Amino acid sequence: MSLRLQARKLACERDDRWLFHDLDLDLCAGEIVRVEGPNGSGKTTLLKILSGQLADYRGELFWRGAPMRRVRRDFLANLLYLGHAPGVKAALTALENLAWYQALAGASGDEDDRLAALETVGLAGFEDLPTGQLSAGQQRRVALARLELMPRPLWVLDEPFTAIDREGVAALEARLEAHTRRGGCVLVTTHHALRASSALRSVRLGEGGAGVER
Amino acid sequence: MSSAESGPARRDGPLPLAGEPEGGAMVAIRATLKRDLVLMLRRRSEVLNPLVFFALVITLFPIGISPDPELLATIAPGLLWVAALLAALLSLDGLFRSDYEDGSLEQLLLSPQPLAALALAKVAVHWLLTGLPLALMAPVLGIMLSLPAGSYGVLAVSLALGSASLSLIGAIGAALTVGLSRGGVLISLLVLPLYIPVLIFGAGAVQAAILGAGVSAHLAILGALLAVALIFAPWAIAASLRISING
Repeated sequence: MSLRLQARKLACERDDRWLFHDLDLDLCAGEIVRVEGPNGSGKTTLLKILSGQLADYRGELFWRGAPMRRVRRDFLANLLYLGHAPGVKAALTALENLAWYQALAGASGDEDDRLAALETVGLAGFEDLPTGQLSAGQQRRVALARLELMPRPLWVLDEPFTAIDREGVAALEARLEAHTRRGGCVLVTTHHALRASSALRSVRLGEGGAGVER
Repeated sequence: MSSAESGPARRDGPLPLAGEPEGGAMVAIRATLKRDLVLMLRRRSEVLNPLVFFALVITLFPIGISPDPELLATIAPGLLWVAALLAALLSLDGLFRSDYEDGSLEQLLLSPQPLAALALAKVAVHWLLTGLPLALMAPVLGIMLSLPAGSYGVLAVSLALGSASLSLIGAIGAALTVGLSRGGVLISLLVLPLYIPVLIFGAGAVQAAILGAGVSAHLAILGALLAVALIFAPWAIAASLRISING
């Protein structure tokens, strides 16, 4: 069965307030779904629920047609999640950070791949510096290098454009589209206007709690 | 992941869907061990802090109580054990905190590898760089408290065994409080009751060695406590981390 993440009647309540309810979402191969909404409308919460991190919700999640609880490991093996915090260790170099991520995926990986990934995100020459000495944008790029490095079909990206410069944003947008052309899919939150593309859909949160899919 | 997926060719072809991950757990555990060791060795102060605390406390006791060797020898086993236990407790707060703050913990939880095994790797590094050095240092401080000859070996062995249990049990508390901004005091309240059996049998082993009685029973019980902690703690740590992150 092909790549497919479905949410049925998803609802989440925080502090006596519905962030969203009755939210139906279908994420198929070759799609970019953008979650929009004002600050505090529950975008990050929705992404965390859809990436299997939060259990505090109502409704059902299906991964490739099977309930998420049963296929969690299979789901995680296909998921690449980038959160608010870049997940980059300041005391480790960019290469060491990437090596750990590769190993977490179960592959020992090789140095050339990591160097190539860092070069793609524009960090050639910064491989051996502790990432704590890099700028916020460069640290974010170290995290983004994981997109190049690990062949995971489902990307869940929470504000990936934060602290990235204009060229970097264009490159990342192109990267997202290239990913969907290869049959991957992307779930992304951003306040940045994404380039219009046939693969792009939007989900809007907020507005009294109901999630509307367009 | 199979090796067929790596290499430059994969950048163009269609994306393969990964199946259930197999066999990668050892790679992930080794990498986590190595990463934490490197991290701790680059932040030496975190390794040295508990040792300095241990040395300071033990140095102050003869000054504060009395330099009388007989009196000191009587209380030395308990003092050394209590000071080592508190030193280990102090270092626990940082076990998962920095990973939590920079988002690595989130990624650790999202890895398709067994979380309990990865957590155990982190605890092993903590013991290696906190419990073991404390155990090796204790005999030297024992001299300062005029600990009778013949009990130094038992002191080191009991601390090495006991501190492994302390790290494992303490990690449960650290995992439960990682999401709280000031979890330090709460960890102490949570884990101190569970530390008491380790303290009793650890200090008891040294006491028995001083009195010339057999120490094997005490050490065996310490070993048994460690075995129980090794079996149950990793699962408890994994569950606690999930609770903290979901909170």
